Amino acid sequence: METEFVGTLEERTARRPLRAITIEAIGPLTMLAGVIWAIAQPYRLAILHPHDKGFYDWLVQPPLLVIAVGVFFAAVIAPGIAEDLRGDE
Amino acid sequence: MTPRAETVHWLFATGFLLLGLFLLAEAIVGRDVWAKRRWRLYLWPSLAFGLGVLLWPVSVFFTNSTLHMIAHASWAETAMIAGGAQLGLARGKLHSRWWSITVTVSLAVSGAAFLIHEQNPWLFSRSAFLHHALGWTLIVAALLPLLQAWRPRVFAWNAGFAMVWITIAVLLYCDRDVAPIFGHLSPLAGAPR
Repeated sequence: METEFVGTLEERTARRPLRAITIEAIGPLTMLAGVIWAIAQPYRLAILHPHDKGFYDWLVQPPLLVIAVGVFFAAVIAPGIAEDLRGDE
Repeated sequence: MTPRAETVHWLFATGFLLLGLFLLAEAIVGRDVWAKRRWRLYLWPSLAFGLGVLLWPVSVFFTNSTLHMIAHASWAETAMIAGGAQLGLARGKLHSRWWSITVTVSLAVSGAAFLIHEQNPWLFSRSAFLHHALGWTLIVAALLPLLQAWRPRVFAWNAGFAMVWITIAVLLYCDRDVAPIFGHLSPLAGAPR
């Protein structure tokens, strides 16, 4: 096996905090993308333009959905993965 | 209370974005860490299978032509087959990693369905553009599950596969019922809304 591709055990252990940080950043970055989208296209948000808006216009708009995905990932998925990575150290 | 087509597409985009983030997280931490909690192994296969199930009511109630209905039904079938095979692998009922070929077939059939059922050229409207873009993205991406089956631990294949779903989500989020694309909108497409 070519060890330069696999790396030593120490090198792989050293990469774990970086991976944990990356995993913990995915949710907030996704939320940030949704916020930037909302700022770029504020007319998509019914709360800013409430006239003649229906149920789906209030709740199902891409910036809000992207933020919701980010919140879900950050709250439900990322903590367990980060814990498992840090538990390995 | 019936949602518009664009609303349904945005909801599916949300599912695909979640799918992409699950796959990206698995690619970053590796299979061993991802599998430390058994439920995580079922996450993306069950989401893919669920999206396939949800595509059935879309096929039946929200399509306005036979061609559209067949295209949506083919996405439903292939998503369920790919998700089901991955669930079998996660549960241990299936063993060969070459079951990933079901994902390749799913992506290739889905991409072909996009291209076949879009009758208009790229710049006819935003919807037409997205159909072409989604179709070619899926067809090119069909190679990735094959590469994953060949060399499962290569980061580039796994991250690339995740990015495909994030790209598909972005394309679906860009959809509007009738809207221009790069300043082009055919008069035959109707008034923008």
